[in-house]
Amino acid sequence: MLRVCLKGANSAARKCLCGNGVPLHPLQQCRSYTSGGSGSSAGKIVAASVLTMGGGVGGTILYANWDPKFRANVEKSIPYSDQVFGLALGPAAPPPVINKPRKVEPVQISSMSEVWKDSKQPKAKEVQRKAEQPDAEGPPAPAPQETLEGEACVFVAMILSAEQNVLSVFCIPLAAAKCTECEHEPAVKERPEGEVAARLAEQDKAEQDLLTSLSSNLEDALGSTAKVTLQAIGAQEAALQAIAQHTRQLREAMEAEAPPDKKSTQWRVLEDALSERSRSVDEAGAAVLKAKAELDKLRGVIDGAKHLKIAAARPSILAAEENLHSMVVDLDSVVTRVQTAQSEAKIVSQYSELVNEAKAQFQKELNSITPEIQANWKGLTGKLTQDDLNSLIAHAHRRIDQLNRELAEQRVREQIHIDSALEQQKLEDKKALEVAISTALEHNREQMRLEQEKKVEETREVMEAEMRTQLRRQAAAHTDHLRDVLKVQEQELRSEAEEILNSSLMEKETEYRRLTQDQLDSFTLDMNAAYARLKGMEEAIDSHVIAEEEARKAHQLWLSVEALNYTLKTAALNDPTEPLEGAVQAIKESCAEDEFAQALATALPSESLSRGVYSEASLRARFYTIRQLARRVALIDETRNSLYQYFLSYLQAMLLFEKAQEAPPAKLSAEDLDTFKLLSYAAYSLEHGDLELAAKLVNQLKGESRRVAQDWLKEARLTLETKQVVSLLSAYANAVGLGTTMAP
Amino acid sequence: MANEHGQKWDRCLADSAVKIATGLGVGIVFSVLFFKRRTWPVAFGSGVGLGMGYSNCQQDFRSPYQLHGHRVKEQ
Repeated sequence: MLRVCLKGANSAARKCLCGNGVPLHPLQQCRSYTSGGSGSSAGKIVAASVLTMGGGVGGTILYANWDPKFRANVEKSIPYSDQVFGLALGPAAPPPVINKPRKVEPVQISSMSEVWKDSKQPKAKEVQRKAEQPDAEGPPAPAPQETLEGEACVFVAMILSAEQNVLSVFCIPLAAAKCTECEHEPAVKERPEGEVAARLAEQDKAEQDLLTSLSSNLEDALGSTAKVTLQAIGAQEAALQAIAQHTRQLREAMEAEAPPDKKSTQWRVLEDALSERSRSVDEAGAAVLKAKAELDKLRGVIDGAKHLKIAAARPSILAAEENLHSMVVDLDSVVTRVQTAQSEAKIVSQYSELVNEAKAQFQKELNSITPEIQANWKGLTGKLTQDDLNSLIAHAHRRIDQLNRELAEQRVREQIHIDSALEQQKLEDKKALEVAISTALEHNREQMRLEQEKKVEETREVMEAEMRTQLRRQAAAHTDHLRDVLKVQEQELRSEAEEILNSSLMEKETEYRRLTQDQLDSFTLDMNAAYARLKGMEEAIDSHVIAEEEARKAHQLWLSVEALNYTLKTAALNDPTEPLEGAVQAIKESCAEDEFAQALATALPSESLSRGVYSEASLRARFYTIRQLARRVALIDETRNSLYQYFLSYLQAMLLFEKAQEAPPAKLSAEDLDTFKLLSYAAYSLEHGDLELAAKLVNQLKGESRRVAQDWLKEARLTLETKQVVSLLSAYANAVGLGTTMAP
Repeated sequence: MANEHGQKWDRCLADSAVKIATGLGVGIVFSVLFFKRRTWPVAFGSGVGLGMGYSNCQQDFRSPYQLHGHRVKEQ
């Protein structure tokens, strides 16, 4: 952005230069600047858009940070925005979980556990309440403890089973169930079933007794209190009536203009009424006090009953409390009514007093002026003189003036008095209001408490019922469990017994088998021995037969080999032998099973079989001609084979003289490989009967000499082979014959 | 095999003789007919005959050592 601005500034700065300058360089620069200018505007647009987007995103993130609902909306509407938010702000806070129901439970459980805890303090809480048990049977301290705990067990079992505790806090104060595994404390030992049931029944009975006594107590108290309260209320009513009457009469007396004697009777009646009223008020007060005392007593009894904490008594306690409360309310209302009436009466009496005072004053005045005039002055019109009348009138006028003045004064003071009276009244009203409010509050509070107690009672009943069902269920489960356990045990025992039976059976069987096996073995041994001997004898005989057979065969072989040998000797001087085929056939027939002989028989060269072989003598004779020829062509080989060479080689043969026979050395050296030498060695070895060596030596010839000697060599080879095979065969036949003769 | 040598010589000599004679004869004929009875065709003819016989003889004696090569054409 800055660069773009700078570029823009530069372009602006240099435009004038560009405009003025003509040379190429600035123009080029201009060109770049103009392009930069256009680029700067594009850059500006790009930068502006980037900024806007960044601002939008940043603003969204900030607002999402502040308002989680907005964040949730954005996350819902825009995909992948939750990841962006997660990166920027961290994970969204989870919505607040409603925890109210969970809070209620712990309270209840805590109350239960408090009950449990209370019961768990065995030493401290000596069960004075249970001391009322009539027949304790001398139970040891754990027993009442256990009864209490037995009660508490009910609650705890519910809790603990609800919490899936393995501990089987399993005491059911129901008569049907057995409580064999009640172990809240390690000190408590397991009691036998009957005792526990008896104890539980006892406990139940004791509870029932207590309950009845308690209820009777309550009823008595209630009754008496009601009576007294009613009395009090009646007294109050009477007082009220009396007050009202008195007030009414007073008012009448004040306002009525009755003749004097009636007035006196009226006044007397009034006095009676007054006395009556005071009396009734006193009576009412006393009755109220008595009623209050009774109510307190009742309250005390109720508290005591509450402390006993018997579940079944609760409803009656609640009812009693309600009654108490209603009585208190009635009493209070009546008392307030009486009080209002009394205040009214006070007003009226004050008024009457005032009136009386005024009248007395007037009478006094009148008497002072006209002392002889009696009270009843209406009948005095004849007796009065003119002066008296004038004075009376003057007095009346004066009185009127005075009264007028007083009236005026009074009017003036009236306002002030009214104000002060109002003030006083306000204060008194406030006080009365406060009192009334407090009493009303008290009543309300009491009402609410009573309602709460009632509700608590209801829920307690419901829970009792539930607990009962659960416990029933638990009892059923217990019986099932016991049944299963018994079944399993039965299975185990049965399998054990079976195992033992099987093992003993197996032992006996193995014993029996072993014995039979031993018998069998010994018998088999004898049999085997006899059989082996028999077999040995048979084999000996067979081997004899075989041996004889072998001997015969060997003999035959030997005969046939001899025949072959003989055929070999039939060679004439220059002719080969007879064909060996017949003899070989004979051999083959005679030793049909003998592989070695067969192999040897087949190893004979086919030409010896078909044509026969030459004897050594003939070969020896032939050798000399071969020798001659070989000498003649000694120089001819692959490279030298022109006629001229032939001529030379003939010349050499004519001119070269070697020994006719020369003993071949043990090892042939290189110079011994000369043709002439080889031929003389071969001749020597032939003369000494070593055809093999002669053949070997002849084999060393090279070139044309070798070629001319090839025939002879082949024949020598054949003869040698045949001789070898025949000698092998005869040796073999001899050996076999020897072998067979040696055998038996 | 031993006889082969001898047989070869027999053949060779016979063949040479025939060839020389034939050459001689042809030489004589030519000499008489075409070359006015000069000697050189006779000598020439017999020389040819001899040469031919000699060559044949040599070929015969060489025959075992003759290697016949075959040119294998590249595919």
